[in-house]
Amino acid sequence: MKEIVKGLWKEHPVFRQLLGMCPTLAVTTSAINGVSMGLAVVFVLIFSSTAVSLIKKIVPPQVRIAVYTIIIAAFVTIVDIFFKAYFPQISKALGPYLPLIIVNCIILGRCEAFASKHGIFASIRDGLGMGAGFCWGLLLLGSIRELFGAGSIFGLRILPLNYEPMIAMILPAGAFLVLGFLVAGMNKIER
Amino acid sequence: MKETLKITSVLTSVCVICAFFLSFVYNAASEKIELNAKKAINDAIITLAPSAVTINETAIGNSVIYKLLDKKNIFIGYAFIAQGQGYQGKIIILAVTDSAFKAIQGIEIIESVETPGLGAKINESSFKGQFKNLNSAEKFKCVQSASENHSQIQAITGATVSSRAVVNILNTRIEELKKLLNLNK
Repeated sequence: MKEIVKGLWKEHPVFRQLLGMCPTLAVTTSAINGVSMGLAVVFVLIFSSTAVSLIKKIVPPQVRIAVYTIIIAAFVTIVDIFFKAYFPQISKALGPYLPLIIVNCIILGRCEAFASKHGIFASIRDGLGMGAGFCWGLLLLGSIRELFGAGSIFGLRILPLNYEPMIAMILPAGAFLVLGFLVAGMNKIER
Repeated sequence: MKETLKITSVLTSVCVICAFFLSFVYNAASEKIELNAKKAINDAIITLAPSAVTINETAIGNSVIYKLLDKKNIFIGYAFIAQGQGYQGKIIILAVTDSAFKAIQGIEIIESVETPGLGAKINESSFKGQFKNLNSAEKFKCVQSASENHSQIQAITGATVSSRAVVNILNTRIEELKKLLNLNK
């Protein structure tokens, strides 16, 4: 249980470890994009952690990073193809950032720091926890940015129609701004 | 030597296993992906030309043009794809014209990765709608504030590059197609 919970709050990949900033900042222009990216990472994390944990004894240490990258790349490509086939709209919105999670440091980091040293089931729980943490982080970020930048969440109008959207929130500056406030808030609560 | 052999064999086998699984996934999904692309084009054509019933894909030059027929099999117009560089990436546009290739019936953006909130507004009807019923005899011009002149397109505030890209992509493609269709008389 400990392995799952730590990723959700205490060792939150986005707000505490500040890992995986590239997709975090780039795709959270709307809530749906954030969640889709989050779920893609959950899937890849769980399966690559499992695979890495399975083969940890036979991989020579010199090439372990290369092997992890190949395994991660395979799972990311599966997700990419799946999104292209069944969710073409989301695939379009995520653009190049979906294939880019191959080099996402959360995934590589968990493979290297956890899965390569622990058993399969612990690794799966770790992947699930970290993935879920990443997912809610992106959902929160995406929702806040969409709310102020477009007046809606998941495409549903929340703010009154005469609300003038703050376009800056959808632009990269908004991503940094919101992330800054969220990290600050997280630090405040933790102390 | 033994070490090298081990490293090579592990790396090779990991690659082979991954490639093996990926080929299965790709095989299962490739048909669906192609279908999605076709559907996106078909949907856009139907939105712009609701009376079109049959869409005939015809090769022209080294690309394709779509000939639209209504339910009485009367030729009602062309649809074509135009693509080019936008502000951040490729913009793919679908446009429908009348049967003489003289007037644009409308355009749809099939694919674009323009800046959200600014360039992405090329997807909104306030911009796309400007192309409706435009005469394609003259080249379109992208301007800051459009007058009554019918070949002028009002650029989106803060997204002149994206607006201009759409206009230029269309101009280039229309010129090209006019030559291919032998309409430049």
